[in-house]
Amino acid sequence: MANITKPKVDAVVVGMGWTGSIMAIELADAGLTVVGLERGENRDTYPDFAYPKIADELTYVQRSKLMQSLAHETVTIRRHASEAALPLRQYGAFLFGDGVGGSGVHWNGFTYRATDAELKLRSHYEQRYGKDFIPDDMTIQDWPVSAAELEPFYDRFEYVAGTSGQAGNLNGQPVSGGNPFEAPRSRDYALPPLPTAYPSMLFEQAAREVGYHPYPTPASIASKAYTNPYGMQLGPCNFCGYCELFGCYMFSKASPQTCILPALARKPNFELRDRSAVVKVNLDSTGKRATGVTYIDAQGRTVEQPADIVALCAYQMHNVRLLLLSGIGKPYDPATGEGTVGKNYAYQKNSKIPVFFDKDVAINPFIGSGSGGVVYDDFNADNFDHGPLNFIGGAITFATVTGGRPIAQALVPPGTPKWGSGWKKAVKDHYLHSFAISTQGSVMSYRDNYLDLDPTYKDAYGLPLLRMTFDWKDNEGRMTQFVSHKAADVARAMNPKPTSVAINAGKPGDHFDTGPYQSTHTTGGAIAGDRPDNSVVNKYLQSWDVPNVFVAGACSFPQNLGINPTGTIGAMTYYAAKTIRETYLKNPGPLVQA
Amino acid sequence: MDDKHDAVSTPPSIASSRRRFLIQTVAVLPVAGSLAACDRVADGNASASTTATISTAGADSHCATPYQPKFFKPDEWSVIQAAIDRLIPADAEGPGALELDVAAFIDKQMEGAFGHAATWYMQGPFQPDATPLAGYQSPMTPRDLYRTGIAALNNHCQAHFGGKPFVQLTAAQQDRLLHGMDTGEVTFEQTSAGHFIALLWQNTKEGYFSDPVHGGNKHAASWTMIGFPGARADYLDWVAQPGKVYPLGPVTIEGNT
Repeated sequence: MANITKPKVDAVVVGMGWTGSIMAIELADAGLTVVGLERGENRDTYPDFAYPKIADELTYVQRSKLMQSLAHETVTIRRHASEAALPLRQYGAFLFGDGVGGSGVHWNGFTYRATDAELKLRSHYEQRYGKDFIPDDMTIQDWPVSAAELEPFYDRFEYVAGTSGQAGNLNGQPVSGGNPFEAPRSRDYALPPLPTAYPSMLFEQAAREVGYHPYPTPASIASKAYTNPYGMQLGPCNFCGYCELFGCYMFSKASPQTCILPALARKPNFELRDRSAVVKVNLDSTGKRATGVTYIDAQGRTVEQPADIVALCAYQMHNVRLLLLSGIGKPYDPATGEGTVGKNYAYQKNSKIPVFFDKDVAINPFIGSGSGGVVYDDFNADNFDHGPLNFIGGAITFATVTGGRPIAQALVPPGTPKWGSGWKKAVKDHYLHSFAISTQGSVMSYRDNYLDLDPTYKDAYGLPLLRMTFDWKDNEGRMTQFVSHKAADVARAMNPKPTSVAINAGKPGDHFDTGPYQSTHTTGGAIAGDRPDNSVVNKYLQSWDVPNVFVAGACSFPQNLGINPTGTIGAMTYYAAKTIRETYLKNPGPLVQA
Repeated sequence: MDDKHDAVSTPPSIASSRRRFLIQTVAVLPVAGSLAACDRVADGNASASTTATISTAGADSHCATPYQPKFFKPDEWSVIQAAIDRLIPADAEGPGALELDVAAFIDKQMEGAFGHAATWYMQGPFQPDATPLAGYQSPMTPRDLYRTGIAALNNHCQAHFGGKPFVQLTAAQQDRLLHGMDTGEVTFEQTSAGHFIALLWQNTKEGYFSDPVHGGNKHAASWTMIGFPGARADYLDWVAQPGKVYPLGPVTIEGNT
């Protein structure tokens, strides 16, 4: 029972990270009254991310200052349905961004585009390799959009974010120095690439020598002064090394704060309410229409916010949980394969290839940006022949030195003692003379990797936690072994020659370990598709079951990509917002007929 | 990174009799701290009769008031000091954890949100014996782990080393014990030896390498040792100078160089 009922608005947006900020400004720009609800605190570049306080590894990385308190809400995890799921009590495998700006504050800024081979994944593999190539338990499916359909919206996001990069394919024409595998783009990136730091330079030369096609990482970090379409101004990055997991003090890294929120705040038809935790989407008696949302405010009061449109724009897992808590859509049942909410949870499979040099090679790892660097796509997506390889998917391989944080980023060679004088000497000898190549790989969706509500554990409000059932499959173990050994070949081809190269990669047979950080790129659970029986939302991110509910974010990915998700998340959200403005508002109802 | 190690490493250390003497004596003496005593400690001429109760062991030669722990009790404090001195010993390569005030750092952490596990999910039911793949599943906060871990470590030492507490073992004995706790060869009845040593190593490394504003890494000496410029955080000019040695030493959040 709500203590308070607010006046009705046209649209309520749940979560004020990238997707919420995009949805809110686009709908407010169309004249709608919009309320943005964010359960964390409000914050801005100044004073929240100001120098020098931001330059603090202990506070921001070790103590996760920008992340959601798990005391309030976490997720439970089990590897198989036969296990009892246990809560993630401390941060480990992934992080939940918190507060206004969401994960768009602490992200690195990598802004990639997907290709048709990835978006039409099942069709593509069946056509090239035959239906038998896809294992029976792999529940991959095509996205309901093509690369050409998304192009204008990738473009829009990149120009809002001031993405710095090098085109590889302009309207079908190859461009030297860019990614030869990229889908055609209509124009250059918003800004030229960031300058290349020394380790990325070494990687680029070696990758080219080995025969691959390295190009500058597309980074939503300004390489020059830039004003975006909302009139927001960004300044050039200074490679401060406090980017990944930090807020940017330089107004260089794209975030809702640097790219959207001040412009949004000037609109009189928009209101932001922070410390407002949405616990439910309310439905009318038919269950086919949302009447608004219920949230708990900072004082613990239950507040009802009526609205004609509900946009769920929280983190991937939180969106799925809200759908389940609200009874929107049919929960997925892995035994029968029926139901869709929670289906096709996926992740990413990453590896590191630490490279060590002699003491006369000054790598200077503290000179870093979250996403500047060099990458190759030769073993990503289906850019290489999978026929003889016995796996589906691939990885991007890149050299981006994000900073030289000594607690967590100092590299020591294999065989170094865990502590003591030997450890200390190894850190001292290698700190300035090492870096790691990274691979970031796709993870397919499987019948028994899924999300539902936990029967035991509750959040601070007494509501069930989300339960993740997820384990690694051998497909991903084979993939990461393959791409990691290729990356090690590149490392060994570097000039100056490394003194040693290590491979820190998973393998077939591994089980999911929740302890070590791996990736925050969790996906699925409210996937987009072309039919109500295979998906939760249509290509406009509109719920098949409750058409005035839209669900934005990586929860819509039918399986995960090797690339970073934010470019595609931004593009899908802009596509949805444009369709709401131009089509839905004229005739509210299903945008795709089932 | 793969943190596995091959064998217990007990390199020769200048930790020496003076450092060990400090740790051992401070625990058993009555409160008698004075600045004068502090000077003598720093000079290496301390005797049992003049040593302050609680030494920072890393104090400047002019030595301000020694750090007074708020969380750790005197006998616990001496164990923490002795243990971090083994985890990151002083030697010819650079400073050890003890003189960089890592013990003080840990004590301060215990008094804040971290020590109380304020942002950890701590609702039951608890399954402390769950698969390690499930991560930390104990109901113990860091404060609980230190308190129970130190007591259990001392009990273990007294049972296995002729009644001696941890601080009276030789460096080699201490090293073997700490590694045994990490590998699972040494276990305690009252608490998890593995959780305790994992927390102690995490906090030791944090106190050694974090900004001095948090109470450890005195004078940013660990940063100087490895070549990390700390909070300089401005390198655009240096991106364009590939492979060139960066010439500036560290600066801290408070602007100290």
